[in-house]
Amino acid sequence: MISQLSWKIGGQQGEGLESTDRIFSNALNREGYYLYGYRHFSSRIKGGHTNNKIRISTKPIRAISDDLDILVAFDQETIDLNAYELRKGGVVIADAKFNPELPEGIDARLFDVPFTAIAEELGTSLMKNMVATGASAAVLGIDVGIVQKVVEEEFSRKGAAVVEKNCQAVARGAQYILDTSEISLDGFKLEPGDGEGRLFVIGNDAIGLGALTAGCRFMPAYPITPASEIMEYLIKRLPNYGGTVIQTEDEIAAVTMAIGANYGGVRALTASAGPGLSLMMEAIGLSGMTETPVVVVDTQRGGPSTGLPTKQEQSDLNAMIYGTHGEIPKIVLAPSTVEECFYDAVEAFNLAEKYQCPVILLIDLQLALGKQTAENLDFNRVKIDRGYLVNNPEPAEEGQLFKRYAVTEDGVSPRVLPGTKNGLHHVTGVEHDEEGRPSENAKNRKNMMDKRLRKLNNIQVTDPIKADAPHDEADLLVVSMNSLGGTIDEARGRLEKDGIKSNHMTIRLVHPFPTALVKEQMDKAKKVVVVENNATGQLRDQIKLHVGQAEKLGSLLKYDGNPFLPAEVYNHCKGLM
Amino acid sequence: MATFKDFRNKVKPNWCPGCGDFSIQAAIQRASANVGLEPEDLAVVSGIGCSGRVSGYINAYGFHGIHGRALPIAQGLKMANRELTVVASGGDGDGFAIGMGHTIHAIRRNINITYIVMDNQIYGLTKGQTSPRSAFGFKTKSTPAGSIESALSPLEMALAAGASFVAQSFSSNLKQLTGLIEEGMKHEGFSFINVFSPCVTFNKINTYDWFKENIVDLDESSDYDPSNRVMAMSKIMETNSLACGLLYRDQARPSYENQVAGFRGEGLAKQDLNLSEDDFNKLVAEFR
Ligand SMILES: Cc1ncc(C[n+]2csc(CCOP(=O)(O)OP(=O)(O)O)c2C)c(N)n1
Ligand code: SF4
Ligand SMILES: [Mg+2]
Repeated sequence: MISQLSWKIGGQQGEGLESTDRIFSNALNREGYYLYGYRHFSSRIKGGHTNNKIRISTKPIRAISDDLDILVAFDQETIDLNAYELRKGGVVIADAKFNPELPEGIDARLFDVPFTAIAEELGTSLMKNMVATGASAAVLGIDVGIVQKVVEEEFSRKGAAVVEKNCQAVARGAQYILDTSEISLDGFKLEPGDGEGRLFVIGNDAIGLGALTAGCRFMPAYPITPASEIMEYLIKRLPNYGGTVIQTEDEIAAVTMAIGANYGGVRALTASAGPGLSLMMEAIGLSGMTETPVVVVDTQRGGPSTGLPTKQEQSDLNAMIYGTHGEIPKIVLAPSTVEECFYDAVEAFNLAEKYQCPVILLIDLQLALGKQTAENLDFNRVKIDRGYLVNNPEPAEEGQLFKRYAVTEDGVSPRVLPGTKNGLHHVTGVEHDEEGRPSENAKNRKNMMDKRLRKLNNIQVTDPIKADAPHDEADLLVVSMNSLGGTIDEARGRLEKDGIKSNHMTIRLVHPFPTALVKEQMDKAKKVVVVENNATGQLRDQIKLHVGQAEKLGSLLKYDGNPFLPAEVYNHCKGLM
Repeated sequence: MATFKDFRNKVKPNWCPGCGDFSIQAAIQRASANVGLEPEDLAVVSGIGCSGRVSGYINAYGFHGIHGRALPIAQGLKMANRELTVVASGGDGDGFAIGMGHTIHAIRRNINITYIVMDNQIYGLTKGQTSPRSAFGFKTKSTPAGSIESALSPLEMALAAGASFVAQSFSSNLKQLTGLIEEGMKHEGFSFINVFSPCVTFNKINTYDWFKENIVDLDESSDYDPSNRVMAMSKIMETNSLACGLLYRDQARPSYENQVAGFRGEGLAKQDLNLSEDDFNKLVAEFR
């Protein structure tokens, strides 16, 4: 028996691969396996090759694997495009309908299972997905009953007959494998899972839940890959809590509506990807200048321009740090796991209100959409902190307004919500005085700039970096952000076996940069390599700028649209030694 | 109860003497008092332009945003706290050029706010360039040989976009304007009010006298029916968009907020933001 393997299902977009993937992986999750998913898809709805890959393991994993054990193919193209990834002796389960063939030189076993024929026998070819799911379960040695239970839930709304047929399809697929397999499939049998039934979630949904838990009740947004799931998550749930989502006419409307709503006192966020964030920049400056909290999620995808809309990249970092004209206080938070997506969404709202500034929650496509096993989320860690909010202000002095922008030691001024008696003040993106009145006075200008920028001098954020640093004197420190940690950890495991001592650091607070903490980790290593999905080394440049030590800084970059594989990180690091 | 004086503040507007915007400011102040608001019940959200300064000249909550974005900010504010009376205001460039996308969609969406365009057919703040409202042939700094684009008809645009309240007025007609703003504030939905507001400095064509000569005042016609959308469109076309008064009002159409599932009467901002542990556990369980 084995402790982990990789399974991939491929076909034409729009053929229902996603439901197969969902049912199969939910069943495995319930059995207590750790899962890590990766979606390869295109910006079209019907047609075009697409595939979903899942890593299945009895131990925690957070990375896709270098190779593939089982490939489920609905067409020959899937085999042609993905067979190279199969490990020696891997398995292809393909629909007999298209007379599947393995490309030359591929050492794998092919099962042609009559997916379509069995499905048609049962009523409709649509159920070929369920036949494939059953066949997959049989290869792994998973009880079909578990899959059928998930099928039942998935189709219960469609009536008992549909459930029954789909369950039969699953059973027939499994039986076909058991009946026809002359060769032993023992090499694919997974050790049993621990039955724990952990959370299985994408980062976008975790952010949605985080927002809801943080008290966010309004989300204006404009659809875009890979951010839309956040608005879709919230529109299904917000009405139960009195809130709502508005699909706006564009991202400028989305972010300014969110700013208006935050000004009004409700916690509101918007979410988009690079193209939308580019449109939002002027308004993010307005939030900074007027000290109106706002949370904006950027789910990074391949840029520039429309770029690679459905592919992994981490190239928005500079834009998020430096975007907007002028100089404002801004926080950029980059969670690196789905659990952190949840906790950081909560923290983003707290920071936005505490420091009265824009907070960018920066993730990447793989974290946004890669469905993965997560540890339980702790309700008790959620604390709502609304910052310096004044509910019942004293009447202002005769002829004066509430000093919304009072110059204070830490730069944070009292905030009062519209509708509050004695709280009248003015808000403007024009430079203003303590009451919010436009002012071009030079002394006031300097005071106000200093006050705003001072707010983040002593910023309090939980874990600005996350370090896994077992070695006080390491050969190598690997640095990353967002989704890359799992891949790096796997590479480090292999380095460790080669006797190479490595530490890992994830930068969670990318702006303002946690210089001292980063330096502390760098000081413990002889060499530093920054692994990132972009072409110019944006994270490395932040380190160079803030910490220095350029002589020991190296880069591993990948910007072909695909996530790093553990072997790529391992080979690069090994080569440095 | 507050009077219009309570909506005044000590700030001296930086508008040119004679600018039409003064009267629009006064009309907002009067209307606010007339509908029974206290200053803290009112929020004025404005864009950028000479007109955009209005939010700083009224004793109320004021938000002076960015060019062209007064409407989304105002809509977000209203969604956050529907107990506030929200007025959005800005210039013709603000609302019909850079912000036109928001204008059309705010009209369609029908959130209960009042939008007042201070229409001077020119860009005032940037010192006299053409606007979407400038007439064909109109000479400005940016169209020295005369504009070769046709002027927008805001009223036709608003009706076509599905407006539930369309009005137009002239800054010299304080009585009509005040009344229309009051009606707009009372209307359960998006109220669109275009106001001719002469720019005495840069627009030497569309002057006070020009408007007095050319305006068609609906208050003077007894047979006009503002509940008739077809009649409204004909009137607008007949008068070359110079009709003033209440052009169209659909009182049957519910506002956006009143159609949102689960949306409560009390402003969102006043609700408890905490989730119960029980609810949280149910939401987490969806991920299993
Ligand atoms: C994004 C952006 N572009 C350009 C400007 C410069 N600008 C300020 S006001 C304005 C137009 C003013 O015209 P209008 O909206 O009609 O207002 P008015 O001054 O006539 O009241 C322009 C172009 C700006 N502030 N922001
Ligand atoms: S430039 Fe025109 S619009 Fe601006 S304040 Fe002067 S008169 Fe009014
Ligand atoms: Mg103008």
